[in-house]
Amino acid sequence: MSGPNSEYDPVQVTPLDEEHVNAMRRQALAAIAAATDLDALKQVRAEHAGDRSPLALANREIGALPPQARKDAGQRVGQTRGAVSQALAVRQAELEVEAEARMLVEETVDVTLPWDRTTKGARHPITMLSERIADVFVAMGWEVAEGPLVEAEWLNFDALNLGPDHPARTMQDTFWTEPPENHLVLRTHTSPVQARTMITRTPPIYVVCPGRVFRTDEYDATHSPMFHQVEGLVIDEGISMAHLKGTLDHFAEAIFGPGITTRFRPSYFPFTEPSAEVDLRCFVCRGQSPAVEDCRTCKGEGWIEWGGCGVVNPRVLTACGVDKDRYTGFAFGMGIDRTLMFRHGVADLRDMFEGDVRFSTAFGAEL
Amino acid sequence: MRAPVSWIREYADLPADVPVEELAARLTALGLKLEAIERPGHDVTGPLVVGRVLTMEPEPQKNGKTINWCTVDVGDANGTGEPQGIVCGAHNFTVGDLVVVVLPGGVLPGGFDISERKTYGHLSAGMICSTRELGLGDDHEGILVLPANAGEPGDDVFELLRLRDEVIEFEINPDRAYALSLRGVSREAALAYGVAFHDPALRDTPPADDKGYPVVVDDPEGCPVFVARTVSGFDPTAPTPDWMARRLLLCGQRSISLAVDVTNYVMLELGRPIHGYDADKLSGPIRVRRAGEGERLTTLDGVDRELSIEDLVVCDDSGIIGLGGVMGGQTTEMSNTTTRVLIEAAHWDSRSMFRTGRRHKLTSEAGKRNERGVDPTICEAAADRVAELLVEWGGGTIEPGVTVVGHPPEPRTVTIPIDLPARVTGMDIASDTTIANLEAVGCEVDVAADTLTATVPPWRPDLEDPFDLVEEVARIVGYEDVPSVLPQAPAGGGLTPEQALRRRAGRTLAGEGYVEVLSFPFVGEADFDRLGLDGDDPRRTALRLANPLSNEEPLMTTTLLPGLLRSVSRNISRGTTDLALFETSPVTFPRDGVAAPILPVDRPPTKQEWEELNRAIPDQPLHLAFAASGDRDRGGWWGKGRAAGWSDVIQTARVLTDAFGLELSARASTLAPWHPGRCAELFLGETSIGHAGELHPKVCRAFGVPPRTSVAEIDLDLLISRAVRVPKAPGFSSYPVAKEDVALVVPEDLPAGTLAATLLEGAGPLCESVRLFDVYTGPQAGEGRKSLAFALRFRAPDRTLTEKETAAARAAAVALAEQRHGAQQRS
Repeated sequence: MSGPNSEYDPVQVTPLDEEHVNAMRRQALAAIAAATDLDALKQVRAEHAGDRSPLALANREIGALPPQARKDAGQRVGQTRGAVSQALAVRQAELEVEAEARMLVEETVDVTLPWDRTTKGARHPITMLSERIADVFVAMGWEVAEGPLVEAEWLNFDALNLGPDHPARTMQDTFWTEPPENHLVLRTHTSPVQARTMITRTPPIYVVCPGRVFRTDEYDATHSPMFHQVEGLVIDEGISMAHLKGTLDHFAEAIFGPGITTRFRPSYFPFTEPSAEVDLRCFVCRGQSPAVEDCRTCKGEGWIEWGGCGVVNPRVLTACGVDKDRYTGFAFGMGIDRTLMFRHGVADLRDMFEGDVRFSTAFGAEL
Repeated sequence: MRAPVSWIREYADLPADVPVEELAARLTALGLKLEAIERPGHDVTGPLVVGRVLTMEPEPQKNGKTINWCTVDVGDANGTGEPQGIVCGAHNFTVGDLVVVVLPGGVLPGGFDISERKTYGHLSAGMICSTRELGLGDDHEGILVLPANAGEPGDDVFELLRLRDEVIEFEINPDRAYALSLRGVSREAALAYGVAFHDPALRDTPPADDKGYPVVVDDPEGCPVFVARTVSGFDPTAPTPDWMARRLLLCGQRSISLAVDVTNYVMLELGRPIHGYDADKLSGPIRVRRAGEGERLTTLDGVDRELSIEDLVVCDDSGIIGLGGVMGGQTTEMSNTTTRVLIEAAHWDSRSMFRTGRRHKLTSEAGKRNERGVDPTICEAAADRVAELLVEWGGGTIEPGVTVVGHPPEPRTVTIPIDLPARVTGMDIASDTTIANLEAVGCEVDVAADTLTATVPPWRPDLEDPFDLVEEVARIVGYEDVPSVLPQAPAGGGLTPEQALRRRAGRTLAGEGYVEVLSFPFVGEADFDRLGLDGDDPRRTALRLANPLSNEEPLMTTTLLPGLLRSVSRNISRGTTDLALFETSPVTFPRDGVAAPILPVDRPPTKQEWEELNRAIPDQPLHLAFAASGDRDRGGWWGKGRAAGWSDVIQTARVLTDAFGLELSARASTLAPWHPGRCAELFLGETSIGHAGELHPKVCRAFGVPPRTSVAEIDLDLLISRAVRVPKAPGFSSYPVAKEDVALVVPEDLPAGTLAATLLEGAGPLCESVRLFDVYTGPQAGEGRKSLAFALRFRAPDRTLTEKETAAARAAAVALAEQRHGAQQRS
């Protein structure tokens, strides 16, 4: 910065004397201490350590001193500048801490302010429960089979031992389509998927078929013309009702928890023989007296009607091309809507089909 | 089927102390499913006693009625032995009659408390009861007058009238038609407790002869057995005995007249429907045949019916007099003047019964039994039982002569490996158990080496196949003994890619804030009108239901939009206005003139048959539709909201395709129901997968949804088929990016997407992205023009780009835009 002073002027060198330098140090340190915020400190820095500050100017004069005085003055000014610079750094750090602390206080927000800018998305609980059920079976190595909703009459009925004059055909209130000679129906159960599977695959067959079905039921709190079923089908060598029971017990426990097993009651379905109704041990009262008497879920029965099942009728195997002498099979079916109703306490079936967003959003992202 | 326990006990020697719940539970375990247990009469408490009317004084009242002031001997039941003074409004009794008296303190059905009360100037201490007041029947014409030998004054009436009973209502499965009778239910009850069963159908009947009413059966396949007996001199005014009326009532049938009641009673008792004719109205021999083309009959229910050539009919010389086994005709109906009754007990082909019942939409108690299958061997016993009861309660005599035409079919035999029940059920069932259980249900069993041949009892037409016998054995062993064994499936492949991708679609939409709804697939022409579809729009070609729930909605929908818009409207009417909904469901596109064959069932379909069947199945692609209405971004303390619009649903479609690893392009389109200027057709490459945009204002009004509601409908199957199954990892440069902005003034109708594509093309391989960040239309852009501002990013894979390189690429992009679209750079 400053070269040798060509115009030596002893008067102007006064600032370099000890007293003067000490005075500058005192003034600088006092100003630094007096700075109460970072802006003030910035000002102080410019005044006492900047290029135009007295100390900087004094420093510039050092070169003008006679050589013997330069060393002293240089030391004196250098130490002073160092002290000022350090004091500035310390004060800077102090004030930064203070400023951040103040900022944190000032920036406090009301975290209870609502944030509902976007709508909440949700899948339908029927979809989620269907997936959950399918996953239980997929985990056992089963596959998920599917078929069309508008189905051939033959697959919905005849192939399943529900011939044209079978009394059970009136039990299934079927939606028929025009023209009648096309022989198409809205499937009344997911069983045609079983028939399709048997016709198109070779055993061993282990499939589960969740899906939508239709019956001409009037729409009310417990009936709907459209609902959902899940059916299972196993065709393999040496399959018995015991395997059916084992599968349903596992299914029940996977969906309702340990200890929630099933019981069979004799029943009738054209596609199975022997046939059984499946009851589920009530997962609320667990069939334990005395809780069972007041249980609203099972209405004091200790058991909940869950679905139907049985050993696949050999007539069905014949119609679907399975060697009935080599293979046996079992099948079961239950309502997904109904399962959702009692598992989650849905009081009115219609809630599932009216699209009210308050319904679906209540079930979270998975079931 | 309703079965009074007292009636069951007549045929099954049940232990006296069996609670009804236990009986019902055991029968349920055997396959007769409990529906309900009723305890009629259990809400009545005494004192309820026999009384003898000592005096009765008619007293006319101001209101026009005449009441009777009676004194009644109730024995010691009133504690004093003095006659009881009772006011009675009925007049169908006289001094000396035995009546039923409820004394003060008693309670009648329905919680009707009886106490002493002042009425018509007397202190009436009790009530003389009618049948209805006792809950015994419908009769309220007068009070119940007991037979003279019914008992003594003061006798308890509960026992006397069997006032208290227990009724089990069963849901009977179609295979157990035999249980539609007390005979069948009692047989099962005896089986449940291992006690003796007394078959009410076992009775000595007189042998058939040729002196009975002449009957000719032209169709022995349709009517294998026809038995006729005649009762003459019958008193048509004779009342039905109380116990019979009571039992009919407990079984859910009203008492009509003695003759009708007796036929119904025997049907309930034995399961065999009986038809009674007024024999004096018959002319000439009875003939059973199939109906001829165009023949008609007015059935008992007053309906004039056109008959089918498949209907089995009963005729006499006058023509058709009944629809055999289903319902009689009016001309020969029994009436209150019938004194000569022809009893028909016939066995009918169950298949014909089912078809006739369905064809004429006729359901009757008789039809229900005949179409499920009745024991063909009990026609004579049933006719004899009816004749006996008619004469016993209605007087007259059974005419000599027993007509029996035809004979029951030979009993069926079924042969099974003796270990079949054990193998099929997985239970440990010994051969002895199998034999014993089959015998218990009425089979005769012959064992030869490892097989067993069961001769099936005639009341079990349902036992046809080996597995039918397995069920009989298993249900008696008890289904609760079936062990629980998890079968081992071979290793599976998990969900198919399509199944997994479908889940991805739903999850993506939910993640975007859309709520899934499930709608019925039923629509009407009016819905297509509301959507504004043209007359020749292919979406109007919908599959029609023959029996829709509502005539307004007879079609299977071809688009998910009507259902979705109904849900939007419903939510708004329920107070939720910011909505984003989606639905995933198949739609149906019928195939013209292709019929699905009804194939045989004794063999699998051939390849050709299978293909033919599948060709007839309508195309049912899975669609995905979504709708946004109200605010997509709500306003709040943070600032203003933003209404959902066309860009949101197009953007959602982009997010969706992005989730499948695909890039969507949108092109302007005009398709109903969308706003003609705000509709995008959505493309994957050159494949159109659907449309998205704002609804036409007319459509919004028609569906009652707010203006600007925006929707999209996508063929999800198509999208899934294109999905990138195994995405490739990207290669990207780590050299710095160079950014350049370009503002271009272009004709207003130039799509931004087109210009962006041109810029990308013109900028060459160094350009990694073109992003539109501003659209300006206004005076500075000029009339009919707009200014579009793009941010371009440049990067090379192997070096830092020089300013010169970047500038050259930018200039090339602008040049191509100028050349192709007449774009001018804005300074």
